[in-house]
Amino acid sequence: MFKNFLYSQKVAPYVFVLPFVLVFLIFWVYPLLSSFGMSFQKVTLGQEAQWVGIDNYTKLMSDTIFFKAVRNSGVYMILTLLILIPFPMLFAVLINNKFMWGREFFKSSFFFPALTSVVVAGTIFRLMFGEMEGSLINSLLGVFGVEPVKFLKGQVTGFIALVALASWRWMGVNMLYFLSGLKNIPDDYYEAASIDGASAFQKFTRITMPLLKPTTIYVLTISIYAGLAMFIESMMLWNGNNSPKNIGLTIVGYLYRQGIEKNNLGYAAAVGIVLLLITMVINLTQLAFSGMFKKED
Amino acid sequence: MKKKGFLALMVVAMVVFLAGCGGSSKEEGGESSVLNAGAGESATELSYWTFVELHGQHFEKMLEKWNAANPDRQIKLNVTVMPYDDMHNKLSIAVQTGVGAPDIADIELGKFPDFLAGTPQLEPLNDVAEPFKGTVVQSQLDLYSKEGNIYGLSTHVGATVAFYNTEILEQAGVDYKTIVTWDDFKKAGMQVYEKTGKYMGTADTSAIWQESLLLAQQGADLTDEAGNPKVNSPELVKALTMLKDLQDNNVISTIAGGQPDTEEAYGEYNSGNYAAAFMPLWQMSRYTNYMADLQGKIAIAPLPVFEKGMPRSYGGGGTGTVVTKTAKDVQLAKDFIAYAKLSLDANIEIWNTLGFDPINMSVWDMKDVTHNPENQFVKYFVNNPFDVLNEIKDEIQLIKSTSASPTINNVLCTVTLNEIFEDGKDVQKALDDAQAQIEQELK
Repeated sequence: MFKNFLYSQKVAPYVFVLPFVLVFLIFWVYPLLSSFGMSFQKVTLGQEAQWVGIDNYTKLMSDTIFFKAVRNSGVYMILTLLILIPFPMLFAVLINNKFMWGREFFKSSFFFPALTSVVVAGTIFRLMFGEMEGSLINSLLGVFGVEPVKFLKGQVTGFIALVALASWRWMGVNMLYFLSGLKNIPDDYYEAASIDGASAFQKFTRITMPLLKPTTIYVLTISIYAGLAMFIESMMLWNGNNSPKNIGLTIVGYLYRQGIEKNNLGYAAAVGIVLLLITMVINLTQLAFSGMFKKED
Repeated sequence: MKKKGFLALMVVAMVVFLAGCGGSSKEEGGESSVLNAGAGESATELSYWTFVELHGQHFEKMLEKWNAANPDRQIKLNVTVMPYDDMHNKLSIAVQTGVGAPDIADIELGKFPDFLAGTPQLEPLNDVAEPFKGTVVQSQLDLYSKEGNIYGLSTHVGATVAFYNTEILEQAGVDYKTIVTWDDFKKAGMQVYEKTGKYMGTADTSAIWQESLLLAQQGADLTDEAGNPKVNSPELVKALTMLKDLQDNNVISTIAGGQPDTEEAYGEYNSGNYAAAFMPLWQMSRYTNYMADLQGKIAIAPLPVFEKGMPRSYGGGGTGTVVTKTAKDVQLAKDFIAYAKLSLDANIEIWNTLGFDPINMSVWDMKDVTHNPENQFVKYFVNNPFDVLNEIKDEIQLIKSTSASPTINNVLCTVTLNEIFEDGKDVQKALDDAQAQIEQELK
């Protein structure tokens, strides 16, 4: 009986996807529903939660720090999209070129930062962008006669450090996605284009870019999500969740501050739900525009 | 047969993979070590969380004495040291859910009100603290109390004093002993900047020691009688206007890290870029541990004041040791922490090991303890800290810790002080904005 069950062609696929479904239900759907419920409650340390209706949401709408966090996350997301999609694509094309020198070396050195822990990377970037004269960036600027900059205390300079950290870390990963996409483009197309007298630039815009579209959409989707959900990079760069004037506060950082640091879990849940809505709206719009929901031909 | 084996292999692989995921979240648990301290087989094992490694060393010493004196109630202490934020966050979740909390924990004063919100999930310690009333400073017991119940046992008074780098001051021809008022300090500071190009002190942006001590001098507080925030009070405006004036005259300057008690600032002080720090007495241990180059150069003195006769100190910072409601053996844990924090022996050890000003003030008069020439703190500093402490003994004020305090602290340290000292925002305007922000957050 059991043997029949195990060998059944119909059951086997379900057995294989069961672990994923279970993980999805227990660690995703259940917490999501539970935090949705919690966002209508006031939850305090060691006490019964009280229902407060939409109080958390109305408070959120007049919370300037929350909007600061939303703005920070949004700007960070856009900056990382502007840097972490075109450049990795360009590098991937260069590295994929047969005439490129030291391809394996560049591939591994671009990917190497992704293997370091964010904690270590964040700490090193904090020291590099330190405000003392002797910190790495300031001593480099000193060579050009520039006065030491308090990088991590200003909005613009703080974001320079933050985006530098993100670019350094994720450049290689995105490049690998594009590289694998490039491997799937048959050489025949380029040969045919060469025979027709296409220039290298034309080949890039007419063959490479269109055929990389699925990869680009994937990278774009995960980058939007990663940008909006960023937290640890900021926490490590500023050595805690409280950056000066909240210049590095992200939506998730604000959720953490309210929920974990201030024990205001109900309010934090409302922040989380709003973050989910923002992310869903942006991602779904972007996917719709890029034709993901069209029926396959 | 082969197929079945493959299926089994897949299932095993998934289970291992999932188990692997579950295990990895525990890796950041901090450093744990079990202190036996001469405990026998029958000893009860208690767990203890702290965010200061040195506190564990103090407990180790006291544990040895406890186990020798109480053979029938011996303890093994499992000490876990975690970073400050990490420990408080983990503890708050553990206490809230009732799962995974240690038996004993250290909670920093700034975080304490969060743990007292609603019905505290901590054990009242009145019965074990009772025998020591009268020997220890009452206000230190009140600091960690709610509605007449004591929930935490204090570690030190934290009397705030001035630390002067005598080498820099001598170069500039300044005698720190003549600095009595903030006007004197300003004159001295301008002289120091002119002669050496170095700053006299710091304009702190990530801590409110300076604001607290300036309020305490004026008999004011960050909260009113009822514990509601009042950060735009005339007293705080006066304090910050004075500090801003010092900054404009190059007497004080912002420091990397934002305040003297940070890694970056230790480096700045150690290289002799700043001549003075106004910090609670526990800053001494930072000097001995992190600023070795300054040995024999640092003098301790009472704080400058607005006008002569104003109180010259306030108790800054602090750690309350608590017993959680879920402790294995509540009475044993309570008796032990009372012994390890309130007894006379404990108070002597707190000075010897940690270099803190003990809350049992009779220790302050024990010359053989306080002036022991072998003591690392006595060796390091130019003058004996207790000479200063005994001079200001009756002037040590207190800034209240209320449920609004964590929010006040957060707003001032992340936003307001940066606006004032980094961006030059008008003091009154910055404090009005801070008051509005704090009220909004506490709603």
